[in-house]
Amino acid sequence: MKKLDRYGYVFIAPFWIIFLIFSIYPVALTFYYSFTNYSGSGTAEVVGLANYARLLSDSYFVEAFFNTWKIWGINFALQIGLALVLALIFSDMRMKLKGLAFFRSIFYLPNLITISSVALLFGILLDWQHGSLNMILLNIGLISEPINWLNEPATAQLSVSLILTWMWFGHSFIVVMAGVSGISKDYYEAALIDGANRWQTFTKITIPLLKPILLYIMITSLIGGLQLFDLPMLLTDGIGSPDGSLNTMVLYLYNQAFKFNNYGYASAVAYGLFVITLIFSSLVFKGMYGNERKQARKV
Amino acid sequence: MAIICFIPFLMMLVNATRSNEAILSGFTLIPGSSLVENYTNMMEYVNIWSGFKNSLIISVLTTVLSGYFSALTAYGFAFYTFRGKNFLFVFMLVMMMVPGQLGLIGFYELSKNLGILDSFIPLIVPAIASPFVVFFLRQYIKTTLHPSLIEAARIDGASEFKIFHTVAIPIMMPAVATMSIFTFIGSWNNYIMPLVILFSPEKYTLPVLMGFLKGSQVAQNLGSMYLGIAISVVPIMIAFLFLSKYIVNSISAGSIKE
Repeated sequence: MKKLDRYGYVFIAPFWIIFLIFSIYPVALTFYYSFTNYSGSGTAEVVGLANYARLLSDSYFVEAFFNTWKIWGINFALQIGLALVLALIFSDMRMKLKGLAFFRSIFYLPNLITISSVALLFGILLDWQHGSLNMILLNIGLISEPINWLNEPATAQLSVSLILTWMWFGHSFIVVMAGVSGISKDYYEAALIDGANRWQTFTKITIPLLKPILLYIMITSLIGGLQLFDLPMLLTDGIGSPDGSLNTMVLYLYNQAFKFNNYGYASAVAYGLFVITLIFSSLVFKGMYGNERKQARKV
Repeated sequence: MAIICFIPFLMMLVNATRSNEAILSGFTLIPGSSLVENYTNMMEYVNIWSGFKNSLIISVLTTVLSGYFSALTAYGFAFYTFRGKNFLFVFMLVMMMVPGQLGLIGFYELSKNLGILDSFIPLIVPAIASPFVVFFLRQYIKTTLHPSLIEAARIDGASEFKIFHTVAIPIMMPAVATMSIFTFIGSWNNYIMPLVILFSPEKYTLPVLMGFLKGSQVAQNLGSMYLGIAISVVPIMIAFLFLSKYIVNSISAGSIKE
């Protein structure tokens, strides 16, 4: 038996060799660079914590941080709201809506499209002078002159949020529906007999039992949202116009490293981003499960 | 809701067939007749099919490598006892939490030093180490493959690798297929990695090529732009038409583990 167990190492060896080279080493190397003034060529000089000190007082990074949160926040609220409303409609026993599979597919479709195609498509649909959106709105008479969507900080951020919602609500909806279908029908039947209305059933049964799923959606969406990059990069000029309102943290990282050759500083940005992600993920986790633990202790 | 999901695609398809002047003059849902003209104009600047080919090569190889080696690793973790096993497994899970951007700069430097910048290698080979897939497959095989099956095969004189290939792989296949869908979509849609690694336009993947399209001369002709976007989107839509059931079910499978 001992001899056979050595095969364990053989089986996991390819994974670990590649993992060490292409995952662990780069992460460690980036960590080292974050303490240097490396510029992509020549030698790296160790500068201690200077990059991190700069990060904390960098108004562009702070701005990028808040931009990322604004864009993600609006998108998440809309996305989860839509997903829940749709789940409420589709799971209702009294309505018995048909075609769930069809709608799931249609809602999910935008998520499958390469995000750069999405960015390009909306880039020209939202175009100020020739974009179809403005033309439609003008034709119906909703607006009297074209709106320059991507030239005002507020509308540019809102545009990104709405595009993200368009891309992701289908995904959330599918996950929520999977959770809903896992809830025992008995609860709903009991509620029906007790005369609960739709809203009561939804808030008292569905939402509490969906808590683990909602937490899952929130954390994965948060991690993805903090890494927002492609859409802001491709929608405008790639450095966050208008007025830096589309400058997200990863876009800032990318530009610092590969446009301005500040590898050392960009590495510190990467680790700053990592710490932020860790803090907020654990806060969300605590917020969702902390109360439960308190209640459990009381009982 | 279904209409809202679809309208941007509809506008894209209609505008892809209209000439630049027609698009500038107003919006309609009636297709135009400039499809061929738009196509030749676009192809003059950007060969979109090469982007397709590159994306396909990378995504297929990534999916195959990730599927096979993750199954191998998962099997090793699930059915052998060796020193350091638990530590390695937990370490892998911790690394799973690390966002991709953290190692981006180090990864770029590593590729530069290895001389594999501007090649597909750094986009494909790392797929051998996919922690999430390993984790998922290990949980799966732990519950579906009983150790007595392996014992039986051993008594019959099968080698360890033969057991893996003939007993474990077929049992793991449904889970591998589920994960493969994710791997493929993820690789196909990946933008930041190819953007950093690749320099030669003929090696660009589809997402990078789309970004390139925006900055090129084609951007002046809206009809050609729409057509380029449409070409990048329509095959996915057709594939999705046939596979939607599996893809949608995979998402549920990935999220619900109770």
